[in-house]
Amino acid sequence: MKSTEDEMPIVVLLVEDSPGDVRLTQEAFRDSGKPVSLHLAADGIEAMAFLRQEGTYANAPRPDLILLDLNMPRMDGREVLALIKKDPSLKIIPTIILTTSEAEADIMISYQLQANCYLRKPAHWDAFDNLVRSINAFWLARAKLPQQRQVV
Amino acid sequence: MRTVLLIEDSPGDVRLTLEAFREADKSIDLRVVADGVEAMTFLKREGVHADAPRPDFILLDLNLPKMDGREVLAHIKEDEDLKTIPTVILTTSDAEADILTSYQLQANCYLSKPVQLEEFEGLVKSINDFWLTKVKLPQQTHGGRT
Amino acid sequence: MNRNRINTVLLIEDSPGDVRLTREAFRQVDGAMRLHVAGDGVEAIGFLRQQGIHAHAPRPDLILLDLNMPRMDGRQVLAEIKGDEGLKTIPTVILTTSDADVDVEAVYLLQANCYLTKPVEFEAFESLVQNISEFWLKNVSLPRQIRSA
Repeated sequence: MKSTEDEMPIVVLLVEDSPGDVRLTQEAFRDSGKPVSLHLAADGIEAMAFLRQEGTYANAPRPDLILLDLNMPRMDGREVLALIKKDPSLKIIPTIILTTSEAEADIMISYQLQANCYLRKPAHWDAFDNLVRSINAFWLARAKLPQQRQVV
Repeated sequence: MRTVLLIEDSPGDVRLTLEAFREADKSIDLRVVADGVEAMTFLKREGVHADAPRPDFILLDLNLPKMDGREVLAHIKEDEDLKTIPTVILTTSDAEADILTSYQLQANCYLSKPVQLEEFEGLVKSINDFWLTKVKLPQQTHGGRT
Repeated sequence: MNRNRINTVLLIEDSPGDVRLTREAFRQVDGAMRLHVAGDGVEAIGFLRQQGIHAHAPRPDLILLDLNMPRMDGRQVLAEIKGDEGLKTIPTVILTTSDADVDVEAVYLLQANCYLTKPVEFEAFESLVQNISEFWLKNVSLPRQIRSA
């Protein structure tokens, strides 16, 4: 995997409470062709602190892509999504819902709140691994992501 | 041979738990269901789960699709037949409200999933050492089936 | 994992060559998919709002939208779609020749679901359509589109 001078790593924020799913996702991203800098937030409150660069996250990089679970303690993904998409500086960041829920209500609400897409985590971890690889293949290799200007 | 029913929707956590149990004790028969509705079908031995073994022990996540873990817990502990199965909550939440509710619903104990992998593995091992080795579990009568 | 159904895609594209390319590529990749075409933004909005001759237009599961079009520019169409309570839940993917950062940003700000740059050669285009179909029509959970009576 050659890294050219201008091949900056893509910064991905994974907002996920389940440790096993975090590991699976980390592994799948590690195997992707592009340099990826994966950051973690274990619940909605941490996620917002990261995105707002507050407190311990004062130097957090701005993500190029957000993977967001729905059901999390303290502040759930629906609330995070709503906050992101209402924030003039955050709403530009492509935000993908990645959740076990297949409830129509959750799908509908996510799209109403302008999630870029909704993906259901398959029950088996091999299928989940394939799904994360397909996220890489599409969002990191195919889609153009908006440039994240670093706030000086 | 002990049967453990894991009621857990997150695929990564399922894998972690499976691997950790395999490390701890290969003889354990670990069954997995990914939502609360299927959990009840399994426990009541209905439909596709007509031949399901009766678990000796249940590990239950709280946040599940279709039927939430708190509801599953309530159903288990209200059921004359199922309530004797030790049911341990294993969830990401460490909210006081969830802990209290779980104990009110008669969960046998409440465990928070650690974020670090090694700690998670350590926790599963300690569940095995304590609940499946030291603790005396009720004999599960298999209602006529062997 | 999509909930097995025939997918309807609305392609909003003015270049006939690109329309043909897209049709052929989708045919290769997913024979069952129904592709509808609107040649400009005005027609697209009419289709989406099921107005006039489009009174019986099906509601698309996915929209592919070019940016540079006559009469009503793609950005305007995007803004209309994402400004409409009833239409904004339809995933709208920008598929355009430009790869200018300023376009990419403008489009994400308007809440396009994603931005793709059209390749020039057919094989590359077909491969892209394959990726779109694989990701958006198979992996992604799409909102159930309520068909108006």
